[in-house]
Amino acid sequence: MDAKAATAEPLLRVEGLTKNFVTGGGLFSRAPDVVHAVDNVSFSVDRAETLGLVGESGSGKSTTGRCVLRLIEPTSGKIVFEDRDVVQLESGALRSLRRDVQIIFQDPFASLNPRMTVGAIIGEALTIHKLARTRREFTERVVELLETVGLQADHMRRYPHEFSGGQRQRIGIARALAVEPKLIICDEPVSALDVSIQAQVINLLEDLQQKFGLAYLFIAHDLSVVEHISRRVAVMYLGRIVEIASARDLYASPRHPYTEALLSAVPVTDPGLRRQRIVLQGEVPNPMNPPTGCHFHTRCPIRKLPLCSEVVPELKQTSSGHMVACHLRS
Amino acid sequence: MAGSIPASASAEIAGAPQRPARPFSPWLDAWRRFRRHRLAVASLFILAAMIGAILLAPLIWRVAINDIDFSAHLEGPSWAHPFGTDDLGQDVLARMLYGGRISLAVGLAAMMVAMVVGTIVGAVAGMSRGWVGPALMWLTDLFLSLPQLPLLLLVIYLFRDTLKAMFGVEGGVFILVVVVIGGLRWMPVARLVRAQFLSLREKEFVEAARALGASKLRQVVRHILPNALGPVIVAGTIDVAAAIIAESTLSFLGLGFPPDVPTWGRILYDAKDYLDIAPHWALFPGAAIFLTVLSINFIGDGLRDALDPRKVM
Repeated sequence: MDAKAATAEPLLRVEGLTKNFVTGGGLFSRAPDVVHAVDNVSFSVDRAETLGLVGESGSGKSTTGRCVLRLIEPTSGKIVFEDRDVVQLESGALRSLRRDVQIIFQDPFASLNPRMTVGAIIGEALTIHKLARTRREFTERVVELLETVGLQADHMRRYPHEFSGGQRQRIGIARALAVEPKLIICDEPVSALDVSIQAQVINLLEDLQQKFGLAYLFIAHDLSVVEHISRRVAVMYLGRIVEIASARDLYASPRHPYTEALLSAVPVTDPGLRRQRIVLQGEVPNPMNPPTGCHFHTRCPIRKLPLCSEVVPELKQTSSGHMVACHLRS
Repeated sequence: MAGSIPASASAEIAGAPQRPARPFSPWLDAWRRFRRHRLAVASLFILAAMIGAILLAPLIWRVAINDIDFSAHLEGPSWAHPFGTDDLGQDVLARMLYGGRISLAVGLAAMMVAMVVGTIVGAVAGMSRGWVGPALMWLTDLFLSLPQLPLLLLVIYLFRDTLKAMFGVEGGVFILVVVVIGGLRWMPVARLVRAQFLSLREKEFVEAARALGASKLRQVVRHILPNALGPVIVAGTIDVAAAIIAESTLSFLGLGFPPDVPTWGRILYDAKDYLDIAPHWALFPGAAIFLTVLSINFIGDGLRDALDPRKVM
């Protein structure tokens, strides 16, 4: 993968991850449709590092995140967390994996059980993994977690509906922290929040990273949020990673034409600044029937036919230090 | 992102409603929410009063249910017979108090059977991702399409004598009637529960529980079932009425309790031929069934709201 990975083993290594969803196809119906949600994706996350994963909706970023936790069973590929092969884990070992990898969800209203108190929600992990021996220890730990995420002890007796979106997201973060994980999959954790609350939650996530040495796989479609929090960023398009680079390099000099187009769409705060917008033609193709060759060739401004429509470009190291999947840019 | 905004949430928390400290218990909270539902509370009293009357009746209203008095037949309500008399001059009040025990017990027990069976079948079908779910739904459809009366005849002729031998005449018939009525009414509940499970199991809070390593059983018991029960409770209360009526059908066919056991449905059935000359005979048991069903329905409503913490107090 990248240069560092050769020397130190990364916390998480994903190789050739593929997930196909099969829809339809009952006893008497027509042949099933296959959606290639994630197509041969490889990346790695180091300890205490944040890898941003960006892409449009439907690009397979959330599916990738859920595959890492085995919330979705991958079709093929290899996921290695520390020295464990996640795909092969049996239920007992899978449970212990879930002490090390956790997830924060996008929708703070759907991700908390409306019939459980906040204390019960945060403390559930303690019960499942038997992390608290006495009732008192349980309460103390829940209070500690609440305070870690900036909530108060007496909030544990309330129900989720009594909280605002930002507070609910903090409850979700506290729930993920309860097992003291090493890696947290952040599945668009701030997309559903107001901008001012987004900043608070992002800062909380950064504080927690410092404090506990957490690694994040930070999934988002908001490029400025990802730029702020990530050390490296991977860009996905139609189930494939098209570019991985350090956040600074990616934003300063994108190599893949899709990344270029994506970045040119980010609004800038300086109204005097005029930039060339790259407007892509057409829609994202249907993932049931993705284009041959490079998935992006149907909309690419610099494509070269027939090369781009026939050969799948590999993700390879370029001179600039980026990993890019493009025949024409290296 | 504005880096100057502090990570602490002190400003945000001030917005949360501050309530004076009070002893905390989910059940106390549920009772508080239930109490806000006035009709439900009133219904609870009515149902309790009816059950109390039925249980204490032999101590207070000491008229035999089979005290035949042809000189007083088909009389309207009077001090001697508050609910009037039937065609044999038997006291309707005494018969209703006696029959109420059976009718209420059959109604409630059959509802419980239907709800438990329906919930289990629906939950298993809703959680399975393989062939079990469709197979259980085929079974449900099969039961829905069965001709019920021939099946009842068969079941009762096959098992009545065995059960009578085991539990006595009334006990045996009671078990048989409850099982038969409940066993033919679980299908709507199963479908309801399965539909709820199918939508709830994909919710993010269930996914979060899976991510924490919660077992299937834990996901169901702690996360899915509590959120699925609202509509099931309401459907269950309607089943009580249906069960009371179904019992009278069985009695009429000679399949339920013997004809001399005056269940509410049976009294209603006997009274139907005299509606024009002795309407009181049908009105009182009819009103009793009506009140029971209505109050159980309101209690179900109140229960559904009481178990939902989102209902603001």
